[in-house]
Amino acid sequence: MCLGIPGKVIELYETNGIKMGKVDFGGAIREACLEYLPEIQVGDYTIVHVGFGISQVDEQEAMETMELLREMERLAGDPAELTNFGNPMQEDSD
Amino acid sequence: MKKDLNFGGWSCPLPLSNYPTIVLGHGSGGKMMADLIQHLFAPQFNNEMLAQMGDSTILKIPAGENNELKLAFTTDTFVVSPLIFPGSDIGELAVNGTVNDLAMSGAQPTYLSAGFILEEGLPMGLLGQLAGSVARACQEARVQLVAGDTKVVEKGHGDGLYITTSGIGLIPPGVNIAPNQARPGDAVIVSGTIGDHGIAIMSVREGLEFETVIESDSAPLNGLVEQMLAVAPDIHCLRDATRGGLAAVLNELAKASDVGIVFDERMVPVRPEVQAACEMLGFDPFYVANEGKLVAVVPEKDTEIILAAMHSHPYGLNAAQIGKVVETHPGLVLARTGIGGSRVVDLPAGELLPRIC
Amino acid sequence: MKFVNEYREEGLTRNLLDQLGSRVTRPWTLMEVCGGQTHAILKSGLDQLLPKEVTLVHGPGCPVCVTPLELIDKAIALATRQDVILVSYGDMLRVPGSKQDLFSVKAAGGDVRVVYSPLDSLKIATQNPDKTVVFFAIGFETTAPANAMAVVQAQNQGISNFTLLVSHVTVPPAISALLESPQVKVNGFLAAGHVCTVMGYWEYEPLAKKFNVPIVVTGFEPVDIVKGILMCVTQLEEGRAEVENAYARSVQKEGNQPAQTVINQVFEPCDRPWRGIGVIPGSGYRLRDEFSEYDAELRFPEVQTIATQESSVCISGLVLQGLKKPNECPAFGQECTPQTPLGATMVSSEGACAAYYRYGRFAKSPETNKVSP
Repeated sequence: MCLGIPGKVIELYETNGIKMGKVDFGGAIREACLEYLPEIQVGDYTIVHVGFGISQVDEQEAMETMELLREMERLAGDPAELTNFGNPMQEDSD
Repeated sequence: MKKDLNFGGWSCPLPLSNYPTIVLGHGSGGKMMADLIQHLFAPQFNNEMLAQMGDSTILKIPAGENNELKLAFTTDTFVVSPLIFPGSDIGELAVNGTVNDLAMSGAQPTYLSAGFILEEGLPMGLLGQLAGSVARACQEARVQLVAGDTKVVEKGHGDGLYITTSGIGLIPPGVNIAPNQARPGDAVIVSGTIGDHGIAIMSVREGLEFETVIESDSAPLNGLVEQMLAVAPDIHCLRDATRGGLAAVLNELAKASDVGIVFDERMVPVRPEVQAACEMLGFDPFYVANEGKLVAVVPEKDTEIILAAMHSHPYGLNAAQIGKVVETHPGLVLARTGIGGSRVVDLPAGELLPRIC
Repeated sequence: MKFVNEYREEGLTRNLLDQLGSRVTRPWTLMEVCGGQTHAILKSGLDQLLPKEVTLVHGPGCPVCVTPLELIDKAIALATRQDVILVSYGDMLRVPGSKQDLFSVKAAGGDVRVVYSPLDSLKIATQNPDKTVVFFAIGFETTAPANAMAVVQAQNQGISNFTLLVSHVTVPPAISALLESPQVKVNGFLAAGHVCTVMGYWEYEPLAKKFNVPIVVTGFEPVDIVKGILMCVTQLEEGRAEVENAYARSVQKEGNQPAQTVINQVFEPCDRPWRGIGVIPGSGYRLRDEFSEYDAELRFPEVQTIATQESSVCISGLVLQGLKKPNECPAFGQECTPQTPLGATMVSSEGACAAYYRYGRFAKSPETNKVSP
């Protein structure tokens, strides 16, 4: 369940007494309710589900984890042979 | 208290295999519509020309001794709400849609007819504006509107305006383009970024609205096709990717030609803004409608020269080879996913619906 | 898209898969709870890239699939009323009820509308004062804060022509019930990342301890999912059974407190029947008495006695519990396809059967590695 997509808060305002904002998902911008994220500021990233921000993306944690993942990839060298699909553009063994 | 739980329990409603009435999904370009045509309409009109099931029908007209003309003939009805949407409107759509259907047979579109069903209460100013769009689109596509009709229906019966257009065009000799002409080894090309039109429409739909720079890609493709045929007359298939998106076209071609198609998801051009909107709503871009994009299946040896010709045309700037035709799994379309796995890309079921899950 | 594209990178995913391959020494069966994860796995083809020792079974994490038949019939009955506008998330429109679906009701003239956010349904209510909006409030805990806010706003703004048809389900009681069932044999769980974003994961610690199963909170992109699987398998290989968080960029142990506050303000736990399984005690939410005026079933009492018709070809129930794979069902791809669904798992965009049908219903020949139908 739960299609939640990260987007960047680009504007904050209040409607009917609750915290709302405009969130940019990378070229699609939509209003989202940010009442559940009292600390969030313009420029922060949020995970949005059905028009509601449910978490603020922990960018520090994400960066550290990503660094770790990339480091492991670097150390490992070439990945193992792809045993499954291969590249359809080169599949000439029909 | 947990004794009542039966994890082997079966539970199911009655099967919904036959809707007793038409529902919206029947018009969405997917399996429901295909079934409707195949099981309700086609059996009543049994002739080999209709059986071609191409975007337009190819008619052979005798023209003197040992000679015949090949004419492409098609009709299309335009039902879109709202009537004016980012980048285009129903008037332009009505012309380009039919022009493109003709161009997909390799024809040079020449004449169109148009029927207008007007809803009582449609503002004259709006109608004038849309008629202007029709005129401009005809000019760009180099076709002439030579027959027309208007009718008015009562308020509440028409979404403002419906337009039906029919068109004819001559197919140059030596051109033999049809959905059943794909052959193993052929390259599969798409003429540009996909999903633009469908996302543009969604962005202004009630309940789903969002801001975006994406506009409809509605465009006449006959000029592009002309340029492609000029460098490589042996094009096998052309299909414009409208409702049902890229996935619908690839599936139709695979089935009509009884071949398999494989493509690489990473090669399909998609604008980042379209990707973002699809992610937000839960759409797969391969199922989103287009109005100015074609899929071409061409002999492998002509791939480079055709792509070069497309890149030099304003409506083919982002053309790319996305895959090829194969002998295996006939009728099936397979995609290499972004992480190197594979998945079946099937016909969409019916209406494209946003999801929360 | 930031925080999305990097988690779909082939290199990172493959590297994690390699690590998984090195780590695993014997067969393990893991259940991914969330239907969204099921779809992500099948759409990316991840299931084919996993080491053969790791088997994934698909759990009942699709609120559309587990919504009881009676509730769908109730929604359909309400949508048929002239004075009602039935507003729903898109997912529910094609789920079959006893006789028809919401699409058919729309075709027959019923006012059925799709929204992206529950706040849009409030707008519809204010724009149509002569009708009553019934909002079909489905979802797991992830969606509860949004549905709850709609009710709070209706109250604050004095919107009286707004009601909720509630069909919320919650995850921990379901996992508990699954683990107590002798039929279900799962070694470890991938918990739903967005449910845990809202609720945290402290509720899973007693479960991990009691049933001795590792539970790893997992996200939805390929890198996230393989990471979750890797952490779960590592625990199994090391003989541990803890709750770990593989989606820390979104999930904290205590979850989103403001969201939980509003959920508790508006809803309270109740018993809830799960389609194909039965009543799982305490596994649902219902509106609290203070909000009873927004309960569609109380506003329209005639729907309380809807009679539902069950038939028994579809094995949605067995699929939902991970007891059977969709392609083990005799009706799969024959009578039951996404166009002609027999059960909710085939209709729902994240139902396991639909995912199998759309993405990978074909077997690979081991000699040639070629796909064939």
